[in-house]
Amino acid sequence: MLSLLLLLIPLVFSIVIWFTKGITSRAAALVGTLVQLVFTGYAYNVFLAEGSKPFEYLYQMAIKPNLVFHFSMDGISMLMVLLTNLLLPLIVLAGFNRFTERANVFYSLMLLMQMALIGVFISFDAFGYYIFWELALIPIYFIAFNWGGQDRAAVTLKFFIYTLAGSLLMLFGFIYLYTYSPQNSLDWAVLKANPICSCEQGWIFWMLFAAFAIKIPIVPFHTWQPDTYKTAPTQGTMLLSGIMLKMGTYSLIRWLLPIVPDGFKEWQSVAITLSVVGIVYASVIAIMQRDLKKLLAYSSIAHVGLISAGVFTMSRVGLQGSLTQMFAHGINVVGLFFCADIIMNRTGSNQVEGIGGIRKVAPRFAGWFMVIVLGSVALPLTNGFVGEFMLLFSVYSYNTWLSVFAGLTIILGAVYMLRMYQKVVLGDAIIENMQFEDLKWNEQLVLGIIGVLIFALGIYPEPIFELIEPVLKTLTP
Amino acid sequence: MEQFIQPINLIAPSLWVPLLPLLGFFLLTFFGKQLKSAGPWIASLLVLGSFLLSVYLFVNLGNKQSLDYDVFTWMHWGEVSLNFGFLIDPLSLIMLLVITGIGFLIHLYSIGYMHHDEGFVRFFSYLNLFIFFMLLLVMGNSYLIMFIGWEGVGLCSYLLIGFWYTNDAYNDAAKKAFIMNRIGDLGFLLGMFFMLFYLGGLDFATVLSNAAEFEKGAPLLVVITLLLFVGAMGKSAQLPLYTWLPDAMAGPTPVSALIHAATMVTAGIYMIVRSNILFSLAPFTLEVVMWVGVATSLFAAIIGIKQNDIKKVLAYSTVSQLGLMFAALGLGAYTSGMFHVVTHAFFKALLFLGAGSVIHAMGGEQDMRRMGGLWKYIKVTAITFLIATLAISGIFPFAGFFSKDEILAAAFHHKIVWVLLSVSSMITAFYMFRLFFLTFFTSFRGTEEEKHHLHESPWTMTLPLAILSLFAIGAGFLGMPAVMHMPHWFNGFLAPVVETSKSILGEAHHVDHNTEIMLMLLATALAVTSIVIAYVFYVSRKTVPEPDTETKGLAKWVAKKFYIDELYNAVFVKPMMVLSDVFHVVIDKLVIDLFVNASAWMVGFTGRTLRLVQTGNTGFYLFIMVFAMMVLLLIQLVQ
Repeated sequence: MLSLLLLLIPLVFSIVIWFTKGITSRAAALVGTLVQLVFTGYAYNVFLAEGSKPFEYLYQMAIKPNLVFHFSMDGISMLMVLLTNLLLPLIVLAGFNRFTERANVFYSLMLLMQMALIGVFISFDAFGYYIFWELALIPIYFIAFNWGGQDRAAVTLKFFIYTLAGSLLMLFGFIYLYTYSPQNSLDWAVLKANPICSCEQGWIFWMLFAAFAIKIPIVPFHTWQPDTYKTAPTQGTMLLSGIMLKMGTYSLIRWLLPIVPDGFKEWQSVAITLSVVGIVYASVIAIMQRDLKKLLAYSSIAHVGLISAGVFTMSRVGLQGSLTQMFAHGINVVGLFFCADIIMNRTGSNQVEGIGGIRKVAPRFAGWFMVIVLGSVALPLTNGFVGEFMLLFSVYSYNTWLSVFAGLTIILGAVYMLRMYQKVVLGDAIIENMQFEDLKWNEQLVLGIIGVLIFALGIYPEPIFELIEPVLKTLTP
Repeated sequence: MEQFIQPINLIAPSLWVPLLPLLGFFLLTFFGKQLKSAGPWIASLLVLGSFLLSVYLFVNLGNKQSLDYDVFTWMHWGEVSLNFGFLIDPLSLIMLLVITGIGFLIHLYSIGYMHHDEGFVRFFSYLNLFIFFMLLLVMGNSYLIMFIGWEGVGLCSYLLIGFWYTNDAYNDAAKKAFIMNRIGDLGFLLGMFFMLFYLGGLDFATVLSNAAEFEKGAPLLVVITLLLFVGAMGKSAQLPLYTWLPDAMAGPTPVSALIHAATMVTAGIYMIVRSNILFSLAPFTLEVVMWVGVATSLFAAIIGIKQNDIKKVLAYSTVSQLGLMFAALGLGAYTSGMFHVVTHAFFKALLFLGAGSVIHAMGGEQDMRRMGGLWKYIKVTAITFLIATLAISGIFPFAGFFSKDEILAAAFHHKIVWVLLSVSSMITAFYMFRLFFLTFFTSFRGTEEEKHHLHESPWTMTLPLAILSLFAIGAGFLGMPAVMHMPHWFNGFLAPVVETSKSILGEAHHVDHNTEIMLMLLATALAVTSIVIAYVFYVSRKTVPEPDTETKGLAKWVAKKFYIDELYNAVFVKPMMVLSDVFHVVIDKLVIDLFVNASAWMVGFTGRTLRLVQTGNTGFYLFIMVFAMMVLLLIQLVQ
């Protein structure tokens, strides 16, 4: 029941917000996301108190036998739900000191998106899962389309078609699985227990992989992403990068690995190589990016490349590292885009090489930005390091040379992040008479929370391990 | 290690050693404004607190016991568990004393030196953070904890080199330091992966005892040690990863003294001594370490001759001295290397602080060509500087003499190495006295205004100079050469740490007493000759180095540091930038998007084409229908 409530709260608020106006809308959105967060905290406590027993909820539908809405929450789902519900209030709060046109629609869509995301993370039936997967696309499409920047029509269309095309392949895959499963069921447990013939797992692997690889995105399925991140309003970019792309990596672990283990194994080397090549490729591109948001977009591709590589090692440490890193990356990337947003809003420039001099006038902002940059370059004692260490070790255990290549990320990451920080924040201002106010209360709050989380989880990641370890035991040999 | 008792009641004090400076960092960062000028004093006193605690640990632990404990589990998966824990043994104790002791003196010095800077408080918060990470580095009981400190000090180095952040050249230097260190860190990280995979853990106890099971020269150990050495090359500025250190002089001078001379850059030596069992079991790596050390020592010394910036000379001398230490490690003389770390920490910190005092007096000028004759204006600085210069040149009885002599004696059986290191030492004596004479002798070459401004520094600056010079004189007596028939306290203290290595490497090549005396005399003679040459050049003939534009030929190559920076730029940096654009413009935008857009166009094309069929003309539809039926019939018939 708890899992269903987690789904309903954002939906209810989404509907309510639609009928509010202006400032009330965002206040209502904040209340809604906070209620959800508190409730998630409660659920988390119950979950731990009950010894990590999954919350089960099953809704049998009459139309077709065994097509069900099956919601459940194990440790992994709990982790992703925590991430979603933790980030949403921050994302809402990030927009507090600026004007949003038709705020009621904007925030209503945002909460609808939250519901869809949670639906993806707690669905244990491919039918419901697919519905939520697609549902999540709709609000973000409208957010990017209506509140976006230059070229939004072309960019959002490309984004929409791109991801939809992948999803269709996944749908075919699921339909095939449905037809050939013994009980005509798409329930996760059933699919996992009755794997289809290894001979067919190969192409089903690719069907599902295509959808996930586009969403993650893994190079070379990534070209929708930098432009979309750049064009979407920053709060939308935060949703996309912080949570939505975790749908992809989450699905690798939740659906791809357990359902087609043999296909996974068969194509493991290809997938892992793609991921690792993607890390270096995206990192290299990020070095010379002129556009601030695109730079962060490419850095994000590099990070999720490592996360996927960890999943494809099929090892305990790889999966654990990837989940830890998903959580960490979600927090850090939201922080990074928020900083980028603050910079672009105050200076009116998105050019990495055209700003500078912020440190002098806004030391507090520069300080917190630095903290997030450090988390992103995986300095030890920040949350980025724990995941990256485990992920690189998992890649190492799979293949030594591949880990050397993947390890370049720690060098290249420092190169592009520090270059960006230097050009944008340090030095003297390039813009004449630049006005740059230091942090406002809501910005301080958001960055402060993110900063504390960065160190807290970097020093003591045990709460994450505690959630996911029992589940991973059942997923890996 | 069973014979060691675990003195549980020392755990709490040992935890406070790193926590005090961390506390200082937070206090100054968040309450810097409220604390006003008390902030820097608080920061300094907290480091003093750490120092006193270190002394307490030192007195209570001695070298017969060590403290090894875990605080909590940091990461774990499956059977693997990586703990956050500390190890206090003779080796870490030595480092603790050096870091907190010199650290405190430099904090004190900075109160005077940085007083007028608007980032006064921020400076101390970074310094405290640095001390915290440095302590973590030497106190960790596993490679992983060492790595935290390792990267942490890299961060502080980055923050402090770029302390004056409006200057873009400084920011570049800071970034370069961080990135070059990261290159080394990748080696360290991969080394850790190998250990974790093959040696069953990352804590020293597990790794070193499991490594001892391998036979000498096992490929695995060679790989691990080489990777660790890559890390050391980055952090300790060895060839080919040394170019960041001279640039790092962009930071305030106390930073150069603390981080880029006395403590952080010696982390690589600490790491190798800590893993001495691994290295002793990998003779090939030792050979590599030795040659890299020798080459760096000589190379940097040569560049030092032609530098005119007082801090640049000291920077190259640091690189050169670090090379000397690595050469010692490569020869298996771990304790001698450590001994030189300690003596070097004293006299090099002193040199940098003295240089800082000179720069302070000169109102920021760093070019030696514009100094001269400062002896009579800033006496305390001049005298302490002379002590340090004598120490680094290896003149008896100053500290450098003893540690350098030990390394040269250890190298004696390896004639080429011995010759090269002797030459390097000789060059060192030359360029150090070149620096000294140019700065303090003959007459003042600056402007009248500068001359008027010349003044001795406040007590907060001269007191550390005086204390450090006492150590620069006396520290050498901690390790008396065998020929003097006195106990070598330093070696005795570190003996438990290198015990196993001794048995692996066999008895060291001991030179007999007559040879040793001869070596000492020879080394002294060489140093004195250098000093005389420098005197003739820069005092008797009053030579002043020519302006940069007039440097020609080979001298220009040396002055331009053999164009290594330019080489790296052309070979690594520029191609990377080009590659970045090529990937973005050609592969991303052209190739991949070509496919994407082509498929989108295909869909559109199909749509547009099929739309033509929808004419709205009923006759046409009927025609198509009949035609299609006929085709179907035909197919039926054929089958």
